[in-house]
Amino acid sequence: MIAPVPMKKNARTQFRVRVLRQDGPGKESYWELFDIDYEREMNVISVLQKIAAKATNADGKKVAPVAWDCGCLEEVCGSCTMVINGRVRQSCSALVDQLLNDNPDEIVLEPMTKFPVIRDLMVDRQRLFRALQRVKAWVPVDSYYNMGPGERQPRDDQEQNYPLSQCMSCGCCLEACPQYNKIELTKEAGETDEQFEERKLAAYDTSFVGAHAISQVMLHNRNPTGKSLAGERLDALMGPGGVSTCGNAQNCVSVCPKEIPLTTSIARAGRATTVAAIKKWFEK
Amino acid sequence: MKLAELGVSVDLLSLTPVKRSHSVCAQGGINSCNDQTRQLGDDEWKHLDDTVYGGDFLNHQPPVKEMAYWAPKVIELMDRLGVPFNRTGEGFIDRRRFGGTLYKRTAFAGATTGQQLLYALDEQVRRREVEGLVKKYEFWDFLKPIQDETGRCRGVVAQDMVSMEIRAFPADAVVVATGGNGLLFGKSTMSVFCTGSAASRCFQSGAKLGNAEFIQVHPTAIPGADKLRLMSESARGEGGRVWVPKKPHDPRAPREIPNDDRYYFLEERYPKYGNLVPRDIATREIFDICVNEGLSVESDRMSVYLDLTHIPKAELDRKLGGILEIYEKFQGVDPRFEPMKIFPAVHYSMGGLWADYVKAADGGLLPGAPKNQMTSIEGLYAIGECDYHYHGANRLGANSLLSCIFSGLFIGPSIVNYASNQKGGHAEVLSSVIDQSVAGEKQRHQSLLAGTGGDENPYLIHQELGDVMTRAATVVRRNDQLQEAIDHVSELHERAMKVSLSDGGNWTNQNVLFAKAVQDMFPFAKSLLHGALLRDECRGAHYKPAFEKPSLTSEDPVERRRQAEEWCDEFEANNRRFLKSTIATWNTDSNQPDITYEDVDTSLIPPRPRLYGLVGAEVIEEVWKERAAAKASGKQLAASNS
Repeated sequence: MIAPVPMKKNARTQFRVRVLRQDGPGKESYWELFDIDYEREMNVISVLQKIAAKATNADGKKVAPVAWDCGCLEEVCGSCTMVINGRVRQSCSALVDQLLNDNPDEIVLEPMTKFPVIRDLMVDRQRLFRALQRVKAWVPVDSYYNMGPGERQPRDDQEQNYPLSQCMSCGCCLEACPQYNKIELTKEAGETDEQFEERKLAAYDTSFVGAHAISQVMLHNRNPTGKSLAGERLDALMGPGGVSTCGNAQNCVSVCPKEIPLTTSIARAGRATTVAAIKKWFEK
Repeated sequence: MKLAELGVSVDLLSLTPVKRSHSVCAQGGINSCNDQTRQLGDDEWKHLDDTVYGGDFLNHQPPVKEMAYWAPKVIELMDRLGVPFNRTGEGFIDRRRFGGTLYKRTAFAGATTGQQLLYALDEQVRRREVEGLVKKYEFWDFLKPIQDETGRCRGVVAQDMVSMEIRAFPADAVVVATGGNGLLFGKSTMSVFCTGSAASRCFQSGAKLGNAEFIQVHPTAIPGADKLRLMSESARGEGGRVWVPKKPHDPRAPREIPNDDRYYFLEERYPKYGNLVPRDIATREIFDICVNEGLSVESDRMSVYLDLTHIPKAELDRKLGGILEIYEKFQGVDPRFEPMKIFPAVHYSMGGLWADYVKAADGGLLPGAPKNQMTSIEGLYAIGECDYHYHGANRLGANSLLSCIFSGLFIGPSIVNYASNQKGGHAEVLSSVIDQSVAGEKQRHQSLLAGTGGDENPYLIHQELGDVMTRAATVVRRNDQLQEAIDHVSELHERAMKVSLSDGGNWTNQNVLFAKAVQDMFPFAKSLLHGALLRDECRGAHYKPAFEKPSLTSEDPVERRRQAEEWCDEFEANNRRFLKSTIATWNTDSNQPDITYEDVDTSLIPPRPRLYGLVGAEVIEEVWKERAAAKASGKQLAASNS
């Protein structure tokens, strides 16, 4: 076996990070550069932590820390999605060494483009969670009292369901989808908070629901109790912004950090809605 | 969701969308005795026994008993809610073995059980949200409880982390379920929001803390620059073996090191439990192997091997896929073919907000009693990791998901009963009470933005705090170091109050939110250090070598027996002094906690020595059993005389 070439010590002491910043909704975005001291085993989170602690850009000017969202730092919570060197992904699992291998000049961080920017790399993903309400992604149990065990389930079913159930609502599939377009509304003069909220939800509810929600429909329609809402879920997918909006670009499945078989779910949802539509037609 | 089922409307405030809460990181599983273990002699009582023995008897037994008896029901409910638990060939819920027990009690969903349980609960909350009983306020930071002139909690003050608006949420009752405080140690296995600040804000408002010094250091985590990522105990539950090369820093690749040159130190030192000794013990042994024996795998940092390579890849993928992917992703090495390098990391806060309970005649809890899980502030409840009484001095693996779901389900009716017996509800809180609380928080916020006059950097203060706490208050504790740490932390606390912000704006200002959280870490950190300093003994995760009870030394049976008697005398004397909950109350004048002690309810299972791996354990056990029997017959005698 050939021994790997040892990394030259102090080969790199600093590297450059370019961040697309925006001070708030409706404000102009702008690029800001930061120089970061190199350490081994860094990821994009530790880069942003260093920026926060130093709060100085590459010109030596004091600036406000870059705002971003993060949580578990081990790729199970879905918080820290952003566009890194042009690709949407979780920033916790974006390792600096690998990024610099691909592009030694700089690391480029941008917010997702399909959601309204709140500030810097933070975006508002309310629409994503609203889609889970829209498709009733839950099991409608009678109660939370002790009613004995659920149904026995074959191992095969569990092995098919578990991957779908690992969706962490990170939004990568939506960012990569050509049919999922940004909706950014602003409050109008004379509109109350409630009225604005209602208008916003109405806009969300008629636009494309997204691969993640379609996949949740297929997951919950397979559950022994969950399937009692199967018809309602399929109805939601047959309306405007439903499964037929999908243009089959297959980007979603290729960017999903959990490798969820999203396109399989979409294909199954397509068939299920067609069957449901035909049934409905016969029942007329 | 339980409250919504009972018809109560709930405002749900969270720092993060609830689906992203730290419970997603729980990997291994959730415990209950089950049909299979029952036929091997297991029952709920044994689950209780394992939990309190593993916790070195510092757990309050009535709540633990109730939890153990609810455990099978909790898992059945989660199954009905759609959690994709792993299945046996016949379609039953599969179980694995976890640390501190000899039974396969642990139900699991791959290696992301916490994520799966949380998702099922999150889905139910979403359903209630659509029905209109739950209103979510996500990206809101809890600032303090609102208390009326009697001290009763009448709501909370919170801050919108986007718009920075500070406002009141009046309420009939308030529940905090805000998790642990791993960030006191800088890096831990916890999520970035686990600062303990919410619990600390309750503490500073007058709620008591219990057992703050008890912190679980998980034996197996992946070292990293931003975080120490958990490698679940289930890796060992599924047969993972911990070892180091016998030769220090052996340069050979791990797979080329033959069996004879490997030291499986847990298996050799603890033949009965092997790699599945309780967490505190596994942690100390790994620490000992690296620090004292100098057998760390790497020369420039400390780690040992956790080896799964003898298990077929297909089985690993099916049962541990999630966590193996984490290792692969963050370390760039496939643990199916190469042993993982791991080291202990701060993982769980056994201590937390003191919470009450009402004991029932059967030794468990009285369902529906308003005091269950209530903190020392009337109307303020604490559940989950931020309470203190379930896990004693050391938590068993797969008991935390159980305690948090159980405590939440169980107290739904307690809260309803409390609220319905109050004269005034959320609508009757005096506006003067609300205004005063809100004004206080607005003032704190504004003065931080305006500048404190100092130039301290909150991020650097946090790093320094983490270093001090990690050195003085994790695996091994010494009084001189603890005292030093108290002085250092007190000085840091003063500096933390003089922070200078790099962002003075009032829109999504993460800088000011972090600064507040850092300031609020100190009362907790100080309580932890003071509690540890005063507790001159070894108990569970709290290990002070200066007060360790020695193994028996004599080979002579008579002398050995005498030593065992003496050992037991000392054990009893020590329990009289330290088998107590450490209670901290915040003293705003001294800016330090006042420490007192409270008895622990050990009425169900009498405390006994925890003897994992001690030389002479069999003789001590014999002496102890005789004493226990004598006590029991003495009690019977007393009962028949009366």
